[in-house]
Order: sequence, then structure tokens, then C-alpha cells
Amino acid sequence: MPMKIGERSFDDRVQKGISNDYMRQTVRQAQGRLHTKKAQAEEDLGQWEKWRTLSDEIRSHTLENLDYYLEQLSENVVKNGGHVFFAETAEEANQYVKEIAAKKQAKKIIKSKSMVTEEISMNEALEKAGCEVIESDLGEYILQMDDHDPPSHIVAPALHKNKEQIRETFEERKGYDKTAKPEELTQFAREQLRQEFLEADIGITGCNFAVAESGSISLVTNEGNARLATTIPKTHISVMGMERLVPTWEELDVLVSMLCRSAVGQKLTSYVTGLSGPKEDGDLDGPEEFHLVIVDNGRSNILGTAFQSALHCIRCAACINVCPVYRHVGGHSYGSIYPGPIGAVLSPLLEGYEDHKDLPYASSLCAACTDACPVKIPLHELLIEHRKVIAEKERKTPLGETYAMKGFGLAASSPGLFQMAAKTAPYMLSPFAKDGTIEKGPGPLRGWTDVRDFPAPEKERFRDWFKNRQKGGSS
Amino acid sequence: MKVSLFITCLADVFYPGVGKDVVELLERHGCEIDFPEKQTCCGQPAYNSGYHRDAKKAAKHMIQTFEHAEAVVTPSGSCAAMFKEYPELLHDEEEWKRRAEALSEKTYELTEFLYRVLHITDTGAELPASATYHTSCHMTRLLGEKEAPYQLLSNVKGLTLKELPNKQNCCGFGGTFAVKMSSISEQMVDEKVDSIEETEADILIGADCGCLMNIGGRMQRKDKPVHVMHIAQVLNSREK
Repeated sequence: MPMKIGERSFDDRVQKGISNDYMRQTVRQAQGRLHTKKAQAEEDLGQWEKWRTLSDEIRSHTLENLDYYLEQLSENVVKNGGHVFFAETAEEANQYVKEIAAKKQAKKIIKSKSMVTEEISMNEALEKAGCEVIESDLGEYILQMDDHDPPSHIVAPALHKNKEQIRETFEERKGYDKTAKPEELTQFAREQLRQEFLEADIGITGCNFAVAESGSISLVTNEGNARLATTIPKTHISVMGMERLVPTWEELDVLVSMLCRSAVGQKLTSYVTGLSGPKEDGDLDGPEEFHLVIVDNGRSNILGTAFQSALHCIRCAACINVCPVYRHVGGHSYGSIYPGPIGAVLSPLLEGYEDHKDLPYASSLCAACTDACPVKIPLHELLIEHRKVIAEKERKTPLGETYAMKGFGLAASSPGLFQMAAKTAPYMLSPFAKDGTIEKGPGPLRGWTDVRDFPAPEKERFRDWFKNRQKGGSS
Repeated sequence: MKVSLFITCLADVFYPGVGKDVVELLERHGCEIDFPEKQTCCGQPAYNSGYHRDAKKAAKHMIQTFEHAEAVVTPSGSCAAMFKEYPELLHDEEEWKRRAEALSEKTYELTEFLYRVLHITDTGAELPASATYHTSCHMTRLLGEKEAPYQLLSNVKGLTLKELPNKQNCCGFGGTFAVKMSSISEQMVDEKVDSIEETEADILIGADCGCLMNIGGRMQRKDKPVHVMHIAQVLNSREK
């Protein structure tokens, strides 16, 4: 299972996350910083809600006409001299890339950051085939060096690590002997990576958005590593999720602008690269060969379902950056390379409920994610939709809960029964109450009282008071 | 104006005092209170847990119960938002959907009603104290009401309102979330309690009994001296 991280249970992972004080402090700081920067970027742009609506319309239109635009994209890539491969599964995608590597007798492959290659475990597949794969995004580079520690955030993959931990990793693995100053650490990584770029036979990148009308791909980075990875090696392979495209450059403009603002609060990142196939005669640099691998891996099963809008995601992580659950448990608790609200929606869709059944419940449904999403994915509603599938279709919820909800439905639709329940509550709970407070509740109430006091029901309910008052009784 | 009061389960059973203040407050501003006795629960516990068949039963019952109302007012942004969810919940039953839309259109959270419908900014309340206000998620994000509580609170005589740090973050209630994911919920409510303490306010004000039950319960467990009040109680405060 490629998206899934490790075998620990959800509760174990959460406990581990909660007890990691350093990680939590870093996440809190990052959320605070990004919250301010994004709010500023929204204000600077102006009319943020209108831009969101436009972005939502662009994504909806593209997904509604996905077959048309994919065909157009594919035709234009070929026209530009590139190759296109549609991979239905992770295995097919990896197989295709391995074949190119074999044909090119590639020993070293340099990569820029790509979540879809994480999703299909491409590095692992290539390493098994004997290639050396080097991540060139600084965060990914650090994680790879640290025994392939999985990413905990889709934009800032090494968010859970501090500079001292990074210094130690560099020292142990690469003989680094300087301080934990970010500038020195980065300088060291640059020097190391420069050599790797020069030696690489193949460059593999993701694709932020492909542009159907011109058969181009675009890459958005702050480090410029994607630009080097696509210009130095002789072969460039771009791997994209099949939904990551726009009809024309006009829509690209809108979505890149929304992506940069939502992800890091920047108008534009330092590098936004548009590439249209291999180098042409007279070009000074660029790859001789270009391959675009379009990955389905479960996406087409989402089309036409209540979850289709999940495919609108542009991977900006704005939902993760505002999520109060992510804030306290961190990315690894989700047990998937896609964490946070979008991860809780996507992981069960792409990989099934079996491994990700707890994720739809890892949300208080506060809707901060829905509010933050630049393409208006109703994330908290999709989490409820998952719960609905689990409760009513898969029937995987605990039997006690099912009966309780049936009882609830019955009581909430019959006032007599409802009143009886409300009336008897004070008596049922009275053995647990002391001075109007319940400190140790029975049954399902225990989850509540483990953490906080529960109020004992009042003897006179509001409705009794109101009735008496109408009669001219007590007030 | 005749107002049909939807009291909510929590206020009915656990916080009847809040209901009394709502009644007095609305009456003082010229409303006649109707309390449909058949009202039960908005169905949110079932809805949020994914049991939509059971939630529909609650929804249909509430639609019938409040069908006669001119305006429905409730002291909870979350329960008001649930009423507004009914048309979507019943989208495949045309007649019910229409009736759900009618209910949704005439439903208001208490402060929203005071500020937007009755155009009141000053309820004449007086409460000499320092307080901080917790913005409930469903009220601000699902109902979209971000202004009314602040407008009303800013005119309470003697009340000093202190900004709550990270006020946009959920308190960790989330209905069944607090029970199902209690360890995560605990971290969330603890951070909220820390933020409240940071303001050094005497009173925590909120507009949803769920959030107040959660934050108040945690503060009580940790022996924090902060007093918890529903906004209806604040807006109905008078000089003693």
C-alpha cells in the first residue's frame, strides 16, 4: 500500500504526535505565520471570494470535460515532440518509468518535489531497479537522507523536523561539520545537490498544472530545483495526477496565482516554470527527450460521485495550515502521505476505507478547511459524506452506535419519547452527579468526562419553566 | 413580531437559564414568544455521524413543528446552521425539500436575529466586567455571522471585551468528536483554555451551549476561576 505510512494504529500514531512537543510547537508557529501571510495575500489581491468562485468554476469545468482536455493535452504534447503515457495504476506508471531508465541506462535520477510520485512509491520502484534516486527539494532531500522519513505536510514535507535534527542527519550521513544555522545547512545542501544535478541521467518532476491548449507543463517552486532538474539531464519525465490540468494559459494564470497565495502567502513563488516538450533546434539547454506520465491510480473512480470535488484540489495545503486537528497531532498521525483535511478525504478514496477508516472522524467539522480552500472544496461536507458511506453503505460503524442513532432518529421524531428521555436524564445521571457536576460519566459519556466535567441536567427543564410561566406560575 | 423559539436540547435540559434570558430579551424588544412544545432535536448528532436516514426523521419532524412560524430563533449558531442544511439533506424528496427551504429561510441565530432583523445594536444591557468572546465555528463559518455578537457586545455598558488569541481555532467540541476523539479534543480545548487565561478576562462569553459546555467543563476540571456565560445571559444582564 503505497500511500499508507507504517503499520501502527491510528490511536498510537495520534498519541505519538501529541507527545511530540517540538513538532507541535513548529506546527503552531508555521500555522500562525502562514495564516497571517495568506490573509495578507488575500487582502492585497482583493475580491478574494470572487477569485475563489472563479477558481472553483475553472476546476469544475475542467473536471466535467476531463476526457476532452486530456486528449487535447496528449495530442499537443506529441505535437511538441514529447511522449505521453496514461497509467491506470501505480504499477503501470512505475513500470513505464523503469523502462525509460533501463533504455537510457540511467544510473542517477534527480527529482523535484512531487506528491503523486510519493503516492505511487516511484522512488522505491526505481531503487529496486538499481537506480540512485535523489530528491532535490530541500525538505525532501532531508527526509530522504534520514532513512526515507515520510513527509508530514504536502508543501513543507519536513515541517516536523527542527534544524538541530537536520544538522545531526547531515553530520551522520554526509560528514557535515558546521552549525545548525539554516543558511549554513542550506548552503551545504546546495553544494551537495549541484554535483548530483550535473551527474543525473534523468530528471523527474511532478506537474502543478498541465496546459491542454499547448501541451505544456508548469512547475511552481521556491528553490529553482525543478528548473535545474528539467534543463540539465538529457531526459525529463513529468508525472502528473490525471486531474492536474487547465484548458489554457489564462486559467493557468488564475490557478497559479491562487496556489502561491494559498500555499505560502506569496504573489508568485520564486520560480514558475512552463515547459513545452523537449528542446528544439537552436535551444541552448533543455532535455532531448520528454515524457509525460498521466496517473489515474483510482482517480477516475471518484469522477461522477459525491466526492468529485475532491479532485479539484491544487495541493496548496491551505486546509492543512488552518486545521486545528493537524495542529495538535501533526502529519504522520494521519498515516497517509496526504495528511490533514484533504488527506482525510482523499486517502480513503484512493486507497480504500480499510487502512484509512479513522480519518473521516479526525475532524471536529469546524469547517476551517472549507473556508480556507482556494477552489472551494467543501472539505468538511466530504468528511461527513465519508461517515455516511461508512455508517449506511459499508455498515462498518460499531453496532452500539448504530442502535443509538436509530434510537435517536426515533426519539427526535416522536416528541413523547424525546420528552421522556429528556425528563428521565436527570434521574439516570443523578447517581453520577455531585454539586451539579458529573466528573466520571457512564458509558459513552466517559470519553467526555475523561477530559472535562459534564453538567448535571437541571431539575426543571426550560420547557417546564416556560409552561408554568404561560400559566402564570413561577418566572 | 411573533417569534417561535427553538430552544435546543442542551439549553432545554442543561442550561434552562439561557432559555429564560432569551425569552426575556426578545420580549423586551417587542417579540411575542411562541414555544412549539413538540420540538425535539435538530438531528445534528446523527447527521454529522453519517446516519442521514435517522437525521432525516428528526429534520422532517422539526419542519412540521415549525411550519406555522413567522420566524424561528435559536440561541445556537450550530443548530441554526443544521436547519439550513435540511434542504440539502432532503434534496431527493421534492416536497420535503421545498418545506425545508421555507424553514431554512426563516431561521435565525439569536444575535443574528436581534442585529439583522430587529436592527438592534444596543440591548440596554449592563455588566461591569472584563470578558472575552469565543467565536463558534458553525456560527461564523456555516451561518457566516461574524458581526452580530460583537456589535451587540460592544454596547453592553461596563463590559470590557478582550480579543481572544487564535479565536479562529475550534475549541474541540465537535459533538461526538469530543467523545470519539477525546485525546485530540483535549489538546484543542486545552489550547483554548490557555488562550482564555492569556486574556486575563473574568468571563468567557459564547453563543453556543456546546462550545461552552466543552470549554467550561475543561476549565472546571482544571479549577480555572473564569466564569462562563451564554451571550443571551450577557445581553440580558441588568445592573443589580
